[in-house]
Amino acid sequence: MEHVVIIGNGISGVTVARHIRKNSDKKITIISGETDYFFSRTALMYIYMGHMKFEHTQPYENSFWKKNKIELKKGFVETIDTDTKTLQFAEGDSLQYDTLVLATGSKPNKFGWPGQDLKGVQGLYSKQDLDTLEENAPNNKACNRAVIVGGGLIGIEMAEMLNSRSIPVTFLVRENSFWNGVLPEGESAMINRHIKNHHIDLRLSTNLKEIKSDENGRVKSIVIAETDEEIACNVVGLTAGVSPNIAFLKTSNIETGRGILVNRKLETNIPNVYAIGDCAEQREGGIGERRPIEAVWYTGRMMGEALAQTICGNPTEYKPAHWFNSAKFLDIEYQTYGWVFSKPRENEAHFHWKHEDDTKCITVCYNTVDNTFLGINTFGIRMRHEVFDRWLTEKRDIDFVMQHLAQANFDPEFYKHFEKEILLAYTNKLQTA
Amino acid sequence: MSLATPDALNITTKQKLALATGLVGLCILVLALFNINFPNRAVFLAISLGLITGGTILYSREAYLHKLEGIKNDGVWFKSISSRGVLGWALGVVLTVFYIVLYFYPQYLGLGVDGAANTGLIALFDPLSNLLSGNNASQWFVYGTLYTVAILAFGYKFMLKYRHNRYQQLRTASVMFFQTAFAFVIPELMARLNSDDFSLPYNDLKNMWPLNYYAFDQWRVDQFINAQTVGLFFLILGVVMIFVISPFLTYKYGKRWYCSWVCGCGGLAETAGDSFRQLSDKGVKAWKFERWMINSVLVFSVVTTVAVISTYLGYDSEKYWFTKNVFLISIGVFLTVLLAGILYFKRKELNKSAFRGAIGFYVLTIAFLIFFSFFDLSQIKINASYFSFGINQNTYNFDSALRTFYGFGIGSIFSGVIGTGFYPILGNRAWCRMGCPMATIMGIQQRLFSRFRITTNGGQCISCGNCSNSCEMGIDVRAYAQKGENIVRSSCVGCGVCSAVCPRGVLKLENDSMDGRINPTEVLLGNDVDLMDLLNKN
Repeated sequence: MEHVVIIGNGISGVTVARHIRKNSDKKITIISGETDYFFSRTALMYIYMGHMKFEHTQPYENSFWKKNKIELKKGFVETIDTDTKTLQFAEGDSLQYDTLVLATGSKPNKFGWPGQDLKGVQGLYSKQDLDTLEENAPNNKACNRAVIVGGGLIGIEMAEMLNSRSIPVTFLVRENSFWNGVLPEGESAMINRHIKNHHIDLRLSTNLKEIKSDENGRVKSIVIAETDEEIACNVVGLTAGVSPNIAFLKTSNIETGRGILVNRKLETNIPNVYAIGDCAEQREGGIGERRPIEAVWYTGRMMGEALAQTICGNPTEYKPAHWFNSAKFLDIEYQTYGWVFSKPRENEAHFHWKHEDDTKCITVCYNTVDNTFLGINTFGIRMRHEVFDRWLTEKRDIDFVMQHLAQANFDPEFYKHFEKEILLAYTNKLQTA
Repeated sequence: MSLATPDALNITTKQKLALATGLVGLCILVLALFNINFPNRAVFLAISLGLITGGTILYSREAYLHKLEGIKNDGVWFKSISSRGVLGWALGVVLTVFYIVLYFYPQYLGLGVDGAANTGLIALFDPLSNLLSGNNASQWFVYGTLYTVAILAFGYKFMLKYRHNRYQQLRTASVMFFQTAFAFVIPELMARLNSDDFSLPYNDLKNMWPLNYYAFDQWRVDQFINAQTVGLFFLILGVVMIFVISPFLTYKYGKRWYCSWVCGCGGLAETAGDSFRQLSDKGVKAWKFERWMINSVLVFSVVTTVAVISTYLGYDSEKYWFTKNVFLISIGVFLTVLLAGILYFKRKELNKSAFRGAIGFYVLTIAFLIFFSFFDLSQIKINASYFSFGINQNTYNFDSALRTFYGFGIGSIFSGVIGTGFYPILGNRAWCRMGCPMATIMGIQQRLFSRFRITTNGGQCISCGNCSNSCEMGIDVRAYAQKGENIVRSSCVGCGVCSAVCPRGVLKLENDSMDGRINPTEVLLGNDVDLMDLLNKN
C-alpha cells in the first residue's frame, strides 16, 4: 500500500491528509515536532488572552485521527534522502515513504539585530513560542513593558495579547503608517488611531537599533535607531514577517529558493515529493496577482485540497480563484475580496468611505478605463464572500457594486446599515470629480 | 447573586466596592434566612434588592464602559468562577443547596405551614407580595422575585458587554421584558381578580406545555373551565400556542424566537448564566447522550400528560365531552400521521440513526397509549418507597405516580437543581440542551421545517474555535464552519454569540428560503472553480 508521509500538521498538511483519506485508502502519516495534534495556529493568541484553552483550538477530537486511519508521529525530521525515500529524525529513528508532502510552514524573520537571541526576545508563531511568552510575560509584574518590532498581522496580535494582561506595549513600526504596504492610506491611518485608542504606544517610522542585555543575558532594554532613545522592557516580540521553514532541506536534493520550489501542480524537482502551504514557492512566479509564497491560512488549505486530487490520481493544478483574506485588528474586523493595493496602480482608482465613528470604512478599487470592479477592503462591516466572488467572476462594474452593496452585507441582524450613506458619498464623489 | 466575581486579583477598586455592595444586599437576605427579624421588612427588602442590583450595575459599568466596544472574553478561562475552579464549584454547591431547599424544604426558608405566618426569608418578601397580589409571599414568590432581579441585573451587564451588537441588546431587552411582565408582574396582578366565586390559576402566558408540564392537569383545567370566559380563553390560547403560534414562529424564525427571546429559563441562562456558556461539553459523546436524553424526556412528558388527561377523562366522563378513548385514539392518529409525514417527505434529510430513533420513540409512545386504553390507571397502585429508597412512602395511582415522578425528576431535579444549580459546572444551558421537552419539539421543527440557519461565509473560516467555545448548547459550530457548511441543528437556540465572537465575520443568523439551507461541500469557496464544480456535484 502506498505510504503518503506529510511533514507538518498545520492546516495545509491536515487538509491534504483528510482529502486523500476521502478519496483513497492509502496509508497516511502526518509528522510534527510541534504538537501531538492539529491546532489552529491563528487561535494561539486566544489562549494567552484566556478566551480559550489549548484543547479548544484543536479542530478535531483526538479520536478523529484513529477513526480516519491517519497516523500521527511526533518528531523532528532532520534530513531527507530522496534516493532511498527515507526520512531521518532528530530523535534517531527513520521512516520510509512512497509519496512525500512538505508542509512545514514558516519561521519568524530575524534581521541580525544585535541582541536578537537574548532571553526574553521571541517571535510568535509556534505553540512553543506561546509557551515561551507565557513564561516571559505572565503578568504586568513580571513584565513591566514589552516592545514589539514589526508592524504586521502578528505584531498587532501580539500587542493585543499583551494588552489583555495589562502589560504596557511599545509597538515599533518601520513604515510611516501601520501595514501600509498592504492597506490603503485611509484604512491604515484609521488602524493607527485604533491602536492608540487601546493605549498601545505606537511608534511609526521607527526602527530597532539594538536589544540590550542585563548581566544574566536577559533583555533589559531596546534602543531606537532614529533617536537613540532607550526603552526599558522585559520582553521583545520580533514580528517582522515570516519566511519558509526549510533549513532542514539544505542537505537534500530538493530544490529551494526562498521556499521549496514547486510547479503549478505543487510538484518539487523530485518525483513524488510535493510542497504546499507557507513553505512552498511557485517556480514560475506568483499566480495572477498573487505572491510566489503565500503564507495565508486559506491558501494553505486550498493547496491541500488541490494536491490531494493529484496524489489520488487526478492530476490537478493549484488554481486559486478570486483572492480573499481577513484579519482582525484589535476590535476591528477586516475582510478583503479581489485586489485592492495600497496605492492604485495604472488605470486604477480607489473609492474610500469612512464612518464618522472611526471604526468602519471601505475601500473599493476599480478600473478607470472600463469601470470594472476589482476589489474591496472592508473594516467593521462584514461582507458576503459568495456575493463578491460572483461579482468578480461576472466582472461587474463599480456602479453596479455600489448600488447593490446591501446584497453583500453580512452583519448580524438589526445592525445599522450604511449602504445608503456609502452610495451617497460615492455619487457625490463622481459629481465633483 | 454576584455570579460575575472573577479572581479578585484583576479587578479595580471600584469593582471591589461594587462587589461589596452586592454582597451586603445578599447578606440581608442571608440574615433574614437565619431568622433575624428586620423591623421594617419593606424597607429592608428594598435596600437588599437595591444593593444587589446596584452592585451588579456598578460592577458592570466599571468592567465594560471604560473599554472600547468589542468582544470581552479576556481571562474567561483563567477566572476560577468561570473555569470550574474552586469558586465555580463553591457557587455550584450553594446554588444546588438553594434549589433543594426551595423545592423540598421550603419551611427552612420560613414558609408558614398550615396557615401560620411566614417567618425568615419568605416573610421578608411579604410586603412586596402584598403590594402585587394582595397575598403573603410563598417560596415561589421569593424565587420569582430573585429570578427576575437576576435577569434584570445581569441582563443589564450583558447589554453593556455587547453594546456594539444590536442583536444581543434587543434579545436581552426582550427576555428582560417577558420575565418581568409575563412571568412576574402580570400573574401576580391577575391574582387580584380572584374572589370567592372566581379563581384563575397562576398563569404565565408564555409558559407553554410541555415546558409547563402541569398545563393540562385536572385541577388546572378545571380551574380554567370554572373561571368563565377568561379562563376558557386562556385554556384555548394555551392549546393554540402549542399547535399554531409556536410552529408558525419556529418556521419563520427558528426556535430562537422562544428560547433566547421569550423563555424564562433561557432568559436566566443568557443573563446570569452568560459567564458559564463556555463550559458546555462540545464532544461527540455529549452530543450522542443529548440526543437520547432530550428525546426520552419528551416521550416521558407526552406519556405522563396523556396518562393524566386520560385518567380524569375516564372517571369523570360526564363532565367532559371528550371521552378517554376518543382522546387516546386522536393522540395516536395525530402522532402516526405526523411521523409518517416526516418519514416520507423528509426521508432524504434523515440519516439512519435519526430514522431508527424516531421509530423507536414512536413505538414506545404508542405502546403506552394502548396500555392506557385497556387499563384504568387510577386502579393501579404504585408504592413510591420502592423508587425513592424509602424516602417517599406514599402510594399513588399509576397516572399520578407518573406525574409525581415527572414533576420530581424532570420538573424539580433536572430543570432546577441540575439545570441551574450546575451552571458553573455543566454550562448555562444544560437543561435546555438535555432536558427541555419544549426545546425538543421546536428543535425537530427547526431542523426540518424552518427558514432559520446560521450561514457560513464562504471560505473565510480559520478554525480558531471561538464559536464552538462560546456555544452554550455544546454545538461544535466550527466543525460546520470550517467545511463551509451552514449550521442547521435542532439544538441551536439562536443566541448569536458564535457570530459575535467570530474574528473573521464567518457566521450570520438568518431566516431565508428552505432551499439549499443545508449545503455540505467538499471544497470551500475561493479555490479552483473547476475543482469545486467537480467535487461538489458528486
